[in-house]
Amino acid sequence: MQSKLTFPKKPYRTHGGVHVPHRKNTASKQSVEMPTPKSVTITMSQHIGAPCKPTVKVGDVVAVGQVIGDSDAFVSAPIHASISGTVKKIEKITVADGSKVEAITIESDGEMRVYEGIKPPVIENISDLLKATRESGLVGLGGAGFPAHVKLNIPPDKNVDTLIINVAECEPYITADHREVLENSWGVMSGVYALKEILGLKRVIIGVENNKPDAIKVLKNIADSEVDKYDEVRILPLKASYPYGAEKVLIKACTNRTVPMGKLPSDAGCIVMNVASIAFLAQYMKTGMPLIKKRITVDGDAINEPQNVIVPVGTSVKEIIDFVGGYKEEPKKIIMGGPMMGSSVSDDSLFIAKQNNAILAFTEKEAKLQEPSACIRCGRCVDACPMCLMPPAITKAVNAKDVQAMLSSNIMNCMECGCCAYACPANRHIVNNIRLGKQIINNEKKRQIPLKEGK
Amino acid sequence: MENKMYVSSSPHFRSDASTTKIMLDVIIALIPATIASVIIFGPLSLMLIGVCIASCVLCEYISRKVMKRDTTIGDLSAVVTGLLLALNLPVNINPFIAIFGSIVAIVVVKQMFGGIGMNFVNPAIAARIVLLVSFPNAMMTWVDAFWYKNADAITSATPLAADTGTYSYTQLLLGTTGGSLGETCAVALILGGIYLVIKKVISPIIPCVYIVSAGLMALILGQDPIYQILSGGLLLGAIFMATDYTTSPITKWGKVIFAVGCGVLTILLRTFSNMPEGVSFSIILMNILVPLIEMATTPKPFGKIKKAKGEKK
Repeated sequence: MQSKLTFPKKPYRTHGGVHVPHRKNTASKQSVEMPTPKSVTITMSQHIGAPCKPTVKVGDVVAVGQVIGDSDAFVSAPIHASISGTVKKIEKITVADGSKVEAITIESDGEMRVYEGIKPPVIENISDLLKATRESGLVGLGGAGFPAHVKLNIPPDKNVDTLIINVAECEPYITADHREVLENSWGVMSGVYALKEILGLKRVIIGVENNKPDAIKVLKNIADSEVDKYDEVRILPLKASYPYGAEKVLIKACTNRTVPMGKLPSDAGCIVMNVASIAFLAQYMKTGMPLIKKRITVDGDAINEPQNVIVPVGTSVKEIIDFVGGYKEEPKKIIMGGPMMGSSVSDDSLFIAKQNNAILAFTEKEAKLQEPSACIRCGRCVDACPMCLMPPAITKAVNAKDVQAMLSSNIMNCMECGCCAYACPANRHIVNNIRLGKQIINNEKKRQIPLKEGK
Repeated sequence: MENKMYVSSSPHFRSDASTTKIMLDVIIALIPATIASVIIFGPLSLMLIGVCIASCVLCEYISRKVMKRDTTIGDLSAVVTGLLLALNLPVNINPFIAIFGSIVAIVVVKQMFGGIGMNFVNPAIAARIVLLVSFPNAMMTWVDAFWYKNADAITSATPLAADTGTYSYTQLLLGTTGGSLGETCAVALILGGIYLVIKKVISPIIPCVYIVSAGLMALILGQDPIYQILSGGLLLGAIFMATDYTTSPITKWGKVIFAVGCGVLTILLRTFSNMPEGVSFSIILMNILVPLIEMATTPKPFGKIKKAKGEKK
């Protein structure tokens, strides 16, 4: 590790990336709190890791903030009731990625009665923090949904010295993090200072893409004021390029450190937190109310009044879209998340999970898929890949179903950011192909055939 | 909801780049050279260009039909091949020879290997070499610039075959010399190259490294480097033929190695072989080496840590 910590004046060089259209239509609109829905359906798997088991049964009366699902596994996060009312159903439903998971449906009593066990946590040291973070149900709100208490639980041999706050928000349309900063800048910054204090870190870098000058200004004002006596928190404007919000890319841009392949940010001495996560943590420390609400960007050319909506976890997508004025035109594609990495779903009957940050609905014009044509070996995908991979070599191996060749072309290092497919003039479905390849490898691994990693 | 949704794998956004747009850019970049050829070698050159393009497109259409594959003439790659082939021929060549060249380029070299993106050598260059070997006389009879204004056509030596100093640099830049249709006017070719680099269709690595390494090689062999660079098909080859996506490496360092090889081989062939020209042969030789070059220059993936010496997995 570096002996002396310095703050970069401008971001360090990263490889690849593409310029996607911003389309941040909702950036200047105040977020709106949605009225309590009649019912919510909360799935038991809203994070990476072991799914929770319901801790309530049909007919139970629950209150806001009450635990309704939990698991003994370490990589997991408890799930709380987002409204008060009666448990109506516990059954398996299909979620955005197509899998079936258990879900609890709560019918609202309209009172939003707060659970009596809600009180601010007492946090004096790191183990208090980890316990509180787990109880809060916080998962990575940037989209991945990695349980936060696992992320903050740094092994003592890792020598972590830098906290990076991710405000890049490089996906088109999404402005939820941007609005979080503007509407809750003191909340964000108090979370930053609290976490820095408890973890004993000496450097915090807040990475913001420069297409959000107002957010940069607001955060700078606080960081430059007397709050930050030792000047240990700085804002780093990043150029607006996709995918700066990807953890490993952001670490490289902020610290010039490289996370080794297959390792975690802590191996590069960093913790990366999404800005919405840190703002939630600050609020949880104050009130003790667990993660039951989410700010969701609703946008796309099929939506009547695009805006950010704050909704209880488990609200149905259809209800949210109706709340923002419904569809302008017949939607042909609905995406949970951003257009680069979000998953498209077959209808609007899904429910909001903790890690969702956007719902996009597109008309025929935007949704129309183009037929792929032959690869002309132009190399745009190679230039665009932030992981310095060779997509043509990977897809060739996948098409040949050659597991050894897939591994030696480092297919597992692909984070599916979509830069290659975005840049491809032949509209080839590169990311889809790579996903297929990873699936083949996972199946092979299950069959326990000894495989060698890349050269 | 009764209407059917599109469900697809991310990303759901695509850039507006397309194969057709790229090929159109290449055609636009070749327009200055085309105009120059018409001015220098007369209206006959326009006829030859027309014959080559039409026969290439027709060959592409028919061979795709015969092989029961989708028609791909819409991507304009056959037009580019036809245009490049024409620009590599002398103006007074028999049109049937040109058509034979188109058949070689499209049917044999391109479609028989699977169509666009699958050919292992550049179709236009392969066709030119086949014609050079099959019809050496027709391929090596060049007329002087502005011959069509004189009553009787005068055959001329190209700047390469002539003694160094026969033509001035100005003549070479403007292309008022003997030679193939599109190769003589250096200014027009460079203009086209700049357009392609600005439009990000090609990376400047291959043309620049090609030209510099050829110049250095000429210097080593005691020749006039500027004369070597401006004469013959070097600029046409460096800017438009060596940069062909399919037959050049996609890695950055691969491009450098490829271009150095082309430049050095061009001068070596020009100096030591019986052939009048080294560009075509040097490029086609390097084309064949592309898979090996690419294998040797695969970039290090982000986060890949070099293992310390002696450390075993």
